[in-house]
Amino acid sequence: MARFKKDQKRELAPMGTGSMADIVFMFLFFFMVISNMRETNVKVNLAMPAASEIQKLEKKSLVATVYIGIPKNENENTLPPGKVSVQLNDQTVKQENFVKDVRDFIAVEKESRNEEDKQKLTFSIKADKEIQMRYINLIKAELRTNNALKINYATLRKSHD
Amino acid sequence: MSSRKLPAFNTAQMADISFLLLTFFMMTSAINVQQGIPRRLPPPSDGKTIVDINQRNIFQVIVNFNDDVLANGEVIPLNQLTPRAKEFLENPLNNPHLPEKDVRLIENMGEYPISKGVLSLQNDQSTSYNMYVQVQNELQRAVNELRDKVSLQYFGRKYELLDTTLQKAVQKAVPMNISEAPPSNYGKEE
Repeated sequence: MARFKKDQKRELAPMGTGSMADIVFMFLFFFMVISNMRETNVKVNLAMPAASEIQKLEKKSLVATVYIGIPKNENENTLPPGKVSVQLNDQTVKQENFVKDVRDFIAVEKESRNEEDKQKLTFSIKADKEIQMRYINLIKAELRTNNALKINYATLRKSHD
Repeated sequence: MSSRKLPAFNTAQMADISFLLLTFFMMTSAINVQQGIPRRLPPPSDGKTIVDINQRNIFQVIVNFNDDVLANGEVIPLNQLTPRAKEFLENPLNNPHLPEKDVRLIENMGEYPISKGVLSLQNDQSTSYNMYVQVQNELQRAVNELRDKVSLQYFGRKYELLDTTLQKAVQKAVPMNISEAPPSNYGKEE
C-alpha cells in the first residue's frame, strides 16, 4: 500500500486563517448586540451609590441622563461653591443659566420623542455618592416644575446585608 | 473558454479588518445596563391643594445633616428602618397608633384592607446622596417584602414572578406612598 506510506519530508500544513474572520465577526456581532453606544462624553467623575432594590430601565432610548459629580477638568462650569458640576448632554451647566438650561434640556428631550414615548420618558439622575443633597434637590425641583415626573436614581447593584 | 480556475480570494486580511471593527466597538460602547431606583415626583403644586393626613397614618423619616436617620423622632440605625417601616405599613394587630386600613375590593384578590400609611421623608440640604439612596432603598425594601408576603399568601408565588395584571393587584394592595417634605438646611455647604 504505497499510497498510504508516510511522506517523511512533509512539513506541517499552514494553519487555515479563513475561519478566523468568521469567529471575529461573531464576536463583533455579539458586542454590537449587547452594548449600547456611548453617546455623551462624561465630563464629571462619579462613583454611584449601590442599592439592592433596583429595577432595570427598559429601554435606553427612553432615558435622558443628568450627570452630577466632581468635574474632571478645572475649566468646567460648576455650581457654587465650586466643587460640583451638573452635566446635561455634552456640557456642564453654568450657574447663571441653570434654570434655563435644565428647562431647555427637558424640552428638547421631550420634543425628540413621539407622543406615546413622552409619557414613558425617564430622567435618570447619575450622581456621585459623596455629594450633598442640595444639588439633587435643585435638579428635582426643576424637573418637577417642568413636569418631568418620572425619575430614576441610577445606582450600582449590591446584595442585601 | 479556458478551464483555468479563478485564483482563490485571499481572506487573511479579512480577520484584520474585522478585528479593527471589533476593537472600535469595544471602545465606543458601554456594557453597563441602566438600573436604579425608580421614583415619581409629585406634579407641580398650585399652592392650593393641602392634603390633610391623620397623624397616625404618617411614618416620619428624617435624615439630618449628619446622616443620622430619625424614625418618628428617634435615632435608629439604618438596618432598623426596614422592619420599622414594615411594622408601620402592615399594622398586624390593628394598633390604634399605627395607620388605618381601608377595605377595598381589588380585582383578582377580593376584599383587602389597604393600609393608609404614608412614608414621609425629609432630608437636609447637607445630607449625602449616598445616605439618601440608602434610605430610599430601605423603604423600597420594606414595600417589596410586604408585596412578596401578600403575593405568596394570595397567589403562592413571589411578587416578581407574577403576571403584570396580578402585579397590579398586589401594587394596589400594598401601595408605595412616599411623600417628600421640603429639605431642611442646617448643615454647611460643601
